[in-house]
Amino acid sequence: MSAKRIHTSMQIAPYVFILPFIASFLIFYLYPIISTFIMGFQQVYPGQVEFIGLQNYQKLNNPEFKVALFNSFRYTVYTIALLIPIPLFLSVLLNSGNRNMNTVYRSILYIPSLVSIVVAGTIMRLLFASSTKSIVNTLVVFFGGEARQWLLAGPSQAMILLLVLALWRWVGVNIIYFLSGLQSIPEELYEAADIDGASSFQKLKRITIPLLKPTTIFVTTISIFGGFAMFEESFILWAGKPSPNNVGLTMVGHLYNKGFQEGEMGMASAIGIILLIIVFSLSLTFLKMFGFFENEGRR
Amino acid sequence: MARIYMGKRKMLGKHVLLIVLCCIYLIPLYSLTLAAFRPGRDLLRYGITLKTLIPTDLHLETFRGLFTIRDGIYFTWFGNSVVLMLIQTVLALFFSSFVAYGLSVYQFKGRKIVTTLVIFLMLVPIQILILPLYKLMITINLIDTFFGVFLPMIVSPFAIFFFKQYIDGIPRDLIDAGRIDGLSEYGIYFRIVMPIMPPAFSAMAIFMSMQSWNNFLWPLIVLRSGTKFTLPIGLNTLLTPYASGYDLLIIGALAATLPIIIVFIFFQRYFISGLTSGGVKG
Repeated sequence: MSAKRIHTSMQIAPYVFILPFIASFLIFYLYPIISTFIMGFQQVYPGQVEFIGLQNYQKLNNPEFKVALFNSFRYTVYTIALLIPIPLFLSVLLNSGNRNMNTVYRSILYIPSLVSIVVAGTIMRLLFASSTKSIVNTLVVFFGGEARQWLLAGPSQAMILLLVLALWRWVGVNIIYFLSGLQSIPEELYEAADIDGASSFQKLKRITIPLLKPTTIFVTTISIFGGFAMFEESFILWAGKPSPNNVGLTMVGHLYNKGFQEGEMGMASAIGIILLIIVFSLSLTFLKMFGFFENEGRR
Repeated sequence: MARIYMGKRKMLGKHVLLIVLCCIYLIPLYSLTLAAFRPGRDLLRYGITLKTLIPTDLHLETFRGLFTIRDGIYFTWFGNSVVLMLIQTVLALFFSSFVAYGLSVYQFKGRKIVTTLVIFLMLVPIQILILPLYKLMITINLIDTFFGVFLPMIVSPFAIFFFKQYIDGIPRDLIDAGRIDGLSEYGIYFRIVMPIMPPAFSAMAIFMSMQSWNNFLWPLIVLRSGTKFTLPIGLNTLLTPYASGYDLLIIGALAATLPIIIVFIFFQRYFISGLTSGGVKG
């Protein structure tokens, strides 16, 4: 091959390599995003559309949407509040002592994340079944509480169920993230702290937590993403039906109901756009704190 | 001496805590396993009870239901899940690593924009795109086809990012050597780079297969006919208030979950590296 041909092929090759991405981006991301954006300003009837300006967004000023937004927001905040400190603490425990035992613990805690949401949700439904004999009700009564119909009782019970499910599925995954963060902290820092006579708590507060900041921000970002995108969990828990008083309704659930059940494509699109703005602005804020973009530009 | 003693007590505390926690974490799968060998109507009425957790009175014939209920449709679903998983994983590995190579190795106009775009797309929840994607699938006639299920998934921003990190670490001399040997740009990718990527491929393969195996929302929207369902979609249709559904649901849920756990036990390393090496740069 002549030098010139090598040169031309090196100029064309990169575009051939990225072609699959460009195609997929245009067809499966850009087109749907633009189409959602446009539909948000339309009333979509079968066979024809009508431009209605901001009416879809105005129509979202209703109790159902507010409940959905509130539920998604609450779920996201609670999952962050639980799924960061608990895995962080457990990963510190798992980072010391007997390696084989630690691997066993870590694996057992990780396994639930491999279980399909349909299976996980079904088991939760059965553990929290309404009958007084169900295992959760038996335990609640044993500890002096009252047996409940968990799925029907109310917003707090619904949230507890969703959070138990989230804790069961995601603690192990976040432990893995924190463990990989912990392993990048130089051992010498702890040795130096030992010489200075620092207590375990001081070491945790002064070394571990500050140096885990990148991991913490990363986990927070994926939790925001996962929290606002949550839908399947409540879909399975309430067996595909609306939950009483919408206790399990989330933003994506609302979008799904409007778009696929009620044929309100325009409103569903408006919900989608609002969700995209929320997720994007929150995640980008956190990623900026993470220094993600500076890292990218450096190479 | 005192310090060592304290250390031992703390160690004991750690193990007690973790053992208790692990037991709690195993209860759902343990109870699923035992519930699978009990009649569906009891489960439907009482849920999982303390009695469920005691391994007596197990009816192994529930297992037969996998083959007999609705003419063994379970294995149709299982087969569909396997086929989709294989196609989706192989294509996603190929296309994503192909793109990643282009982004990692060449300096070209637009490289930075495309790289940033890949990162941005990781932040777009697919859930908000389901409506226009669904309309698109209707237009191009892919509703109720496997193509419709896997086509939007085969160029994965996450996988591109993961592979790019990996290829960034490959010495450039290796690639230049390929050029000197007269390989074409694509020849270098296929003959030199691909053969040294199995560690990255296997980590991503596990990750992608898991995603495909458990994928729920998108196949739920695309697939219509019962014979094309994947396992999660099929099992979901059994969540009805009838005992006959539960008979298949529970044993089916167990049979869909066990293979993954067994694979996990043997290939743990790959599960974990697929999760971490792409994401956190500490």
